Amino acid sequence: MAKPLSHRMLSFAGKALVVAILGFIILPAFVVTVASFNDKAILSFPPQQVSLRWFYNAINYRDFRAGFHNGMIIMLAASFIALIVGAAFAYVIDRYNFRGKQLLEALLLAPLVVPHFTVGLGILILAAQMGLTRTFTVVVICHVILVLPFVLRSVYISLHNLDHRLELAAASLGAQPWRVLFTVTLPLLAPGLVSGWLFAAILSFNEFTASLFVTAQRTQTLPVAMYNYVREYADPTMAAISVIFIVVTATLLALANAFLGLGKVLNVEQAR
Amino acid sequence: MNQTEPESGAAHSRPFLRLFTAPAVITAAIFAVAMLAILQYSVRAHIPGSLDVGGFTLANFAGMLRPLYAWVFIDTVWLCLLTAVLSLIFGYPLAYALVRSRSLFIKSFILIVTVTPLFLGEVVRTYSWIVVLGNNGFINSVLRGTGIIEQPIQLLFTVTGVTIALVHVTLPVVVVMLAAAIAHIDPAYEKAAESLGAGPVRVFLTVTLPLSGPGIVAGLTTAFAWTFSAFATPQLVGGGKVNMVSNLVYQLGFANFNFPFAAALCVAGLALTYVSIAAMRLTLRPLEKVGLH
Repeated sequence: MAKPLSHRMLSFAGKALVVAILGFIILPAFVVTVASFNDKAILSFPPQQVSLRWFYNAINYRDFRAGFHNGMIIMLAASFIALIVGAAFAYVIDRYNFRGKQLLEALLLAPLVVPHFTVGLGILILAAQMGLTRTFTVVVICHVILVLPFVLRSVYISLHNLDHRLELAAASLGAQPWRVLFTVTLPLLAPGLVSGWLFAAILSFNEFTASLFVTAQRTQTLPVAMYNYVREYADPTMAAISVIFIVVTATLLALANAFLGLGKVLNVEQAR
Repeated sequence: MNQTEPESGAAHSRPFLRLFTAPAVITAAIFAVAMLAILQYSVRAHIPGSLDVGGFTLANFAGMLRPLYAWVFIDTVWLCLLTAVLSLIFGYPLAYALVRSRSLFIKSFILIVTVTPLFLGEVVRTYSWIVVLGNNGFINSVLRGTGIIEQPIQLLFTVTGVTIALVHVTLPVVVVMLAAAIAHIDPAYEKAAESLGAGPVRVFLTVTLPLSGPGIVAGLTTAFAWTFSAFATPQLVGGGKVNMVSNLVYQLGFANFNFPFAAALCVAGLALTYVSIAAMRLTLRPLEKVGLH
């Protein structure tokens, strides 16, 4: 059945609008990529000569190297701790009711609403009182708090979609709770666990505002080093490192989508 | 969700309860203590030149009423509202396309493009906008190159520039929340309206849009809170001309070392965030209710 002309025009306008909005989202990444390959130190469009010198600069810049190294340590610690804390508590939220559950849930999800500068300042004051400023511990604790809501959410959605009858079947065949957990529940949860960990890892590595408050020279992460760079220099070294960030992040997410199905994890798939 | 509680005392019927809750309790406790530390600092006197704090006082909160600070709060709330509404307007078509597109490739493409900035962090995105908006940046170069303008348009260090960058930051999360809501609308409702003779516009306005109400409320409130949390964007794109509460907190904490006043700003900002979100939800209550069957 052919649709009337007005419907087709509407559909075309809708598509054009979506393309325009996608263009708005992509524009900065596109512009930064062009700028990063420009040979000149001042930004200019279109670039006259193509060069890779800003990429060499970015990779060899001392503060960026140190920031990358610190960020990896913090990211690995924070993402695994957040995964364990978040997955365990998501299990509890899904299965049990007890007094204080809602309060606990509200506290752990609060960092989605509480500004990062407030979390950062609070942790900094706490660290100062305990003599822990300038340590990795403080940064890791801060990141665990900030990324936990994302782990909780993705593991919870997976748990919610899990077929409980499989666990019951294992239990009825005599498997003890630990055995059910490790041989049935956890393997079925793998996509949610992996994507929850990945979200935590990316968010921790890229976190900036709270990190600015809780890191010191010794524990500076890459985004903080980049922020300091932008304030002091205007050359495209920043564009080069931004391109690396964008490419790595987009690739990781595309891989996660291909293997884990981000649509399911983010709960944006059409219900049947 | 309303499972009946197992008999209390039957520990074996609730395996892992304590073991799995303990780490969450510790994390929540650290967070709560950090928030209490801010609350405690906010009512302490600042001793200039020292990081120690003095006795109890309400002077920090009184100081916030000075026009200089009061205006920053008003500007911040205005920017947050503007950003939230713009994110909703631009996010909705994208969320709709993400859920309803029939092509798996287009779906994946929209999802990756939308979600990547969400994980990218504020510094990279803010820097990118400086390159786009600067006087020698992309927009001005293109406009000058094509002869549309002769003098560069000032976009950096303006409210317009900051708003554009802020919308870019909040758009992804709004799209994800709207998409989750749209995805849970039963297409049968739309088909029913269509079979009764409603055109696509009418179906959208009277069925799809109201049924996605909970997503609209969640998207608006989250966008508001995230914009309030933004620091690098107003700091670098605003360049001191556009100041938000976050910039004041940082300046007072790390330039003046007045941590009590910075803490008081945080407390006021947090209260303002929660009050604004509550007000938004109250205003939009009919929308939020409609999605629940």
